[in-house]
Amino acid sequence: MKRALSIVRNAAAVLLAFAALAGCARLQPWVKPYERERLADPVMKLQRDGLSDKHFEHVREVREGSRGATGVQGGGCGCN
Amino acid sequence: MAAIDGVRRFGTLIARLLGLAGGLAAVGSAKAVDLPENRADLMFHGYDGGGVRATGPALLVRKSMLDRVSLSASYYADMVSNASIDVVTQASPYKETRNEYAVGADYAVRDALISLSASTSREPDYQADAVNLDVSQETFGGMTTVALGFTRARDKVGRKDIGFFDRASHWRYRVGVTQILTPRWLASINAEAVSDDGFLGSPYRAARVFGALVPERNPRTRSGRAVKLRTIGEIADRQSVRAEYRYYWDTWDIRSHTAEAGYARHFGEQWLADAYLRYYSQRRALFYSDNATAETLYVSRNRQLGTFSSVGLGAKLAYTWKRVPGQYEVRLQGALERSRFDFTDFTDIRTGSPYAYDANVVQVFVSATF
Repeated sequence: MKRALSIVRNAAAVLLAFAALAGCARLQPWVKPYERERLADPVMKLQRDGLSDKHFEHVREVREGSRGATGVQGGGCGCN
Repeated sequence: MAAIDGVRRFGTLIARLLGLAGGLAAVGSAKAVDLPENRADLMFHGYDGGGVRATGPALLVRKSMLDRVSLSASYYADMVSNASIDVVTQASPYKETRNEYAVGADYAVRDALISLSASTSREPDYQADAVNLDVSQETFGGMTTVALGFTRARDKVGRKDIGFFDRASHWRYRVGVTQILTPRWLASINAEAVSDDGFLGSPYRAARVFGALVPERNPRTRSGRAVKLRTIGEIADRQSVRAEYRYYWDTWDIRSHTAEAGYARHFGEQWLADAYLRYYSQRRALFYSDNATAETLYVSRNRQLGTFSSVGLGAKLAYTWKRVPGQYEVRLQGALERSRFDFTDFTDIRTGSPYAYDANVVQVFVSATF
């Protein structure tokens, strides 16, 4: 009896998971490609110039105790 | 019979490899994501603060090939003249040069961009080599971009005059999601884990214990985590504001907060201006001490690990010098940042007061996209 209850519980969980995923499928992209013109403007870029960003990041990484999650890929150390 | 079987197996293997290659070629031709634009940048950069002056040129060239591959190469030099407070109170000012070379390749396949790059940095007594692998994938109709990345780096640290040589290894794992929220607003979240193993200090730096200078002693492992949230939105025609926040914590007990806010706008068709304010504060590492009053296994007076805060104000200006639509564009750009560092527990032993200094960062560069 316990085994049967366990199977029913697991099956219900799987069905619920599928139902939840089916709910996700109804969520459609709400900003269409033709509506993204303004996002392509340079003022809307989080990072515009890789070389400039890399230099600022290097200056900070050498002087601060924290690193990472900047979105800028680091290079060598120069930590002396 | 065995020979016939062998030939058959070899034939099957070749057929499978050809099938795989054909499949990859078919996948490759279905490119949908944009490659980074072709560009060349030549920059002169400078830093001046706390007795340290670092200047030099930097160069980046990026060119796409075969419609799905973009190759890049960069060079970066730091000519350092160091008369920092550590140097003037413990040794003699010195000059040295650091050269960094990097190459990379980006490959676009369907909605993904795969990037592989390598860099090497050399300076007297320090050599750092790194390999990076990053994958970004557009999904949800192009509204969401998911990025994963990994860096493996190895350093050789030394001090030739005393015959000291050691190594350090670094691993970095990063993940990020950028989400378009409306036609004028997007946000992103980035997280990164950084692990280090080996010699994680400087063989030149000294700590103070009971007022006496002793070589610093750092743990040989460190593990840090960082999470950053960013958002940017258009507030008026061709004007935007952005805000960023990052929290960092690690096993040396350093905790830091970074907050930045910026504003960008066009002036006419040729000018683009950007201004920002950045605030940073951190709490000291467990074993950091301005002047230790107990003997401990680890001790450091590296002010980079101390308690301090800094405020920076920066501006960037870009001028489009020449533009031929669909062919090329040349921009002249400049950036300037002025920041103030205030240390809570690092005493300027020349004056007896908490140490503070101002720093300037300047960049002048020419960018061409083609």
